[in-house]
Amino acid sequence: MSPTDPTSGPPLLTVRGLTKSFGPRQVLGSVDLDVVGGQVLAVVGSSGSGKTTLLRCLNGLEIPDAGTVQIAEVAVDFARRPSRTALGRLRDRSAMVFQHHNLFPHRTVLQNITEGPLVVQRRPRAQVEAEALALLRRVGLAERRDAYPSQLSGGEQQRVGILRALALHPRLLLFDEPTSALDPELVGDVLTLMRDLAVEGWTMVVVTHELQFARDVAHQVAFVDQGRVAELGPPSQVLGDPRHERTRQFVRRLLHPL
Amino acid sequence: MPPVDWDLALRSLGPIALGAVRGTVPLAVVSFAGGMLLAVGVALARLSRHRVLSGAGRAYVSVIRGTPLLVQLFVVFYGLPSLGLVIDPWPSAIIAFSLNVGGYGAEIVRAAILSVPKGQWEAAHVIGMSHRQSLTRIVLPQAARVSVPPLSNTFIALVKDTSLASLILVTELFRRAQQVAAFSQQFMLLYLEAALVYWVICLVLSAGQGRLEKRLDRYVAH
Repeated sequence: MSPTDPTSGPPLLTVRGLTKSFGPRQVLGSVDLDVVGGQVLAVVGSSGSGKTTLLRCLNGLEIPDAGTVQIAEVAVDFARRPSRTALGRLRDRSAMVFQHHNLFPHRTVLQNITEGPLVVQRRPRAQVEAEALALLRRVGLAERRDAYPSQLSGGEQQRVGILRALALHPRLLLFDEPTSALDPELVGDVLTLMRDLAVEGWTMVVVTHELQFARDVAHQVAFVDQGRVAELGPPSQVLGDPRHERTRQFVRRLLHPL
Repeated sequence: MPPVDWDLALRSLGPIALGAVRGTVPLAVVSFAGGMLLAVGVALARLSRHRVLSGAGRAYVSVIRGTPLLVQLFVVFYGLPSLGLVIDPWPSAIIAFSLNVGGYGAEIVRAAILSVPKGQWEAAHVIGMSHRQSLTRIVLPQAARVSVPPLSNTFIALVKDTSLASLILVTELFRRAQQVAAFSQQFMLLYLEAALVYWVICLVLSAGQGRLEKRLDRYVAH
């Protein structure tokens, strides 16, 4: 699939001047980003570069020190500490998939998926469950609906984590290294599902170490280094022909670890 | 050693069992329920970012754990009347035992809440849950599983501690045994019999703990 022009269409996610420090350590230094609706942004960078913090600032799991985040029509300015309502609205427009899936261990697969739509969005149970079952069927896990997360493989758990996010009908999907905690042979199923979602036109921000995935699926790649977006562009450029030495080193190291 | 008076042992079992059924068991159950409500509240206070609230929780736990239960019981029953507050034996005992369980239980509940991974809170927040929803629907059910063994200890200890209520005139198991013993002068027999009945109650509770743990463990991989 060839990426379309990354500047076409109105942005669904707009980030301006995002900064974040943990104590004296600045983790993010004035990050700007735009993600067009229906496109995929892959965020890559070494560990400790600030890419996960960047992602967690988008839905207020970390509160930035300054900057604005806009998802669809919801804009939050972090110059002042945001209200719970403001954070709630950001989270209402987005959903997140975690590195360690963070499924609710005391709830079944089906309950994990329906919890948000039922309890938070207060949608009718019949509709929510029918939709959740359709999602489960789609990834071949329908017969596991009453299993507990501990009874699933890592790859199955992460796919349920993705379904839990989809069930909320978010405008924006956030992925925090969704395959980093998986055994290598389980990565494929998860990436395939994510690829399908990209093709369907979901807007996604994916923090990942899977350069092949970024190359094949992302419309844009952001290389984050020392809390800044050092390089941003289509994967063919950022990963294929990086302009900056740091990016070049990073790509080389990931492609040729030895 | 004098021969065992089996006849007395049998005849005294009735009053002692009645003391258990009418005194010890309801006293323990009601005090434990009240104590657990307190414990959850105090645990949340201690975990709160609010300085005054967490300080108050800490002070409460410190006082309860730092003073003898018997003294707490006497303060409520014999002490408060000098402030003009006269409370009957039963409510006095329930108040003192609940306060006591609240102090010890709070630390157990606090530890159990802290044992739930941070990612569970985050997952709950990200699907849009409020703090209260995250706590009641996601975190507390998982904390409950962790806290069953230590809370069972607290409950079992409480059952035996209710014998102290005999000292503020509550007619429970041990007071019944004392009365029969004083009347018959068979102290060894009656106190061993009382001990046996406490033990049986605790055996039942231990069995209950096992079943509860099994039930709450159903989602954990083995």
